[in-house]
Amino acid sequence: MEPKIETKSLSFYYGVKQALRNVTLAIKEHQITALIGPSGCGKSTFLRCLNRMNETIPKTRMEGEVLLDGKNIYSPGEDMVEVRKRVGMVFQQPNPFPKSIFGNVIFGPTMLGINHKARLEGIAERSLRAAALWDEVKDDWKKKSGVSLSGGQQQRLCIARVLAVNPEVILMDEPCSALDPLATLKIEELMQQLKMQYTIVVVTHNMQQAARVSDWTGFFLMGEMVEYGPTKVIFTNPQDRRTEDYITGRFG
Amino acid sequence: MRARVTQKLAFGITWAAGIITVLVLVYIIGYVIATGWRAITPDFLFRPPSEGGISTAIVGTIYIVVLTIAIATPLGIGAAIYLTEYATENWITRLVRYGIETLAGVPSIVFGLFGFALFALSLLGTRCLLAGALTLACLVLPTMIRASEEAIKAVPVSIREASLALGATRWQTIRHAVMPAALPGVMTAIILSIGRTVEETACLYVAMGINPLNMPISPLSGGTTLSLHLYYLAMEVPFTIEPMFMEKAMGTGVVLILIIIIINSLTHWISSRYAARMIR
Repeated sequence: MEPKIETKSLSFYYGVKQALRNVTLAIKEHQITALIGPSGCGKSTFLRCLNRMNETIPKTRMEGEVLLDGKNIYSPGEDMVEVRKRVGMVFQQPNPFPKSIFGNVIFGPTMLGINHKARLEGIAERSLRAAALWDEVKDDWKKKSGVSLSGGQQQRLCIARVLAVNPEVILMDEPCSALDPLATLKIEELMQQLKMQYTIVVVTHNMQQAARVSDWTGFFLMGEMVEYGPTKVIFTNPQDRRTEDYITGRFG
Repeated sequence: MRARVTQKLAFGITWAAGIITVLVLVYIIGYVIATGWRAITPDFLFRPPSEGGISTAIVGTIYIVVLTIAIATPLGIGAAIYLTEYATENWITRLVRYGIETLAGVPSIVFGLFGFALFALSLLGTRCLLAGALTLACLVLPTMIRASEEAIKAVPVSIREASLALGATRWQTIRHAVMPAALPGVMTAIILSIGRTVEETACLYVAMGINPLNMPISPLSGGTTLSLHLYYLAMEVPFTIEPMFMEKAMGTGVVLILIIIIINSLTHWISSRYAARMIR
């Protein structure tokens, strides 16, 4: 099977500081790929290369290629706005807009020019259901502000907001690090449902989480991808000494 | 023992400073209200100066505020958006910022002279309300730009990233994600500018002149504002002719103070709501 996303010798620099070194990685469709590693290892930087989010940061530079369905998303003819519609992102801190729940979910579709009310309501309800938030908010979703929800609900709202744009890939940058264990569990269950339709790449600090939810795991260290393979293999029989040291908790 | 004496002394001095400040404020406002409140009658508010009222000044003030804000708001917010969202940090941007800082400190009468020369004499050929409003727009622009810039900068990066990651363009992000979140702060900037416009006297005195008897019909009419009218009543009408003018000047002062109090509470109300929304 062709990989959904493939990076070829990807390097990234913040000014003169190199954050990624020649990362080559193939991400499979309808699978959950976890990226693990200690803080500052470049896993979040890598993730943000996959939907061209790093271009919002001044004085940065990227080398190499990122292929989405075999096409380089950084080639001159590609529009970053188009890329971000196909590759959605959920952030570490839940970041709902100071708008109603409904207003949050329809933000993306509205930006695409959809303004038919019934259609937007349909999209919003479907997305909230898919994000397992509908039952909790259905009574006052038009009035209640997105920022007044609990942390876990906010994060599911952010997922619903991404689903409303109908992406192919969902990137998650430590989506549970600001959440309590129960809210974390809900997000993890949700990820299992979502992978039927979407390809998910998740950066996580939490090795148990990677082992629980992912099909594939990549271990990053100091900007390099040390090892990549099926999650089971990485956690039971790592090939590289550094991976073993990390997953057994000897550092990090 | 000495430490305790020093502490008592320091406490006493700061207490006295606080009390003196409050007393001075209360005295000024109290004096103006006490001498002026009797002047405030329906006739005073709704009749022209020829019949002992200040209606022309009230209408003139409304004209000046509406025109000034209509001119300064789009320019100020546009400049603030450009400076925060588009401008890259280089020497031109730094020069623009430095220019804005400097303009904010220029005495208003210098703006008045500039407005008189450019707007009243060269552009419009008459010292009219529009000339005054254009001059005041220049005067409030630095305040408007800086306050709007602060409001836009206070919108968290996460809001911008959320919008961009959903496939919104940069302009859509500014228009639909950043500006709504910055709106209460921008409103505060506008209200501050309204306050400044209502207060300003010297600048208008030079650029627009005082035309107290004329009821303005268009922006090109001559006219007066409340603060100009107060100056006119207090300084340019001899007491020997009409002793009532002092009371009328104080009455005008009371109306001005009331307007400023309303504007300040509005600002306070909006910014406290803004804070509540951002923290939640």
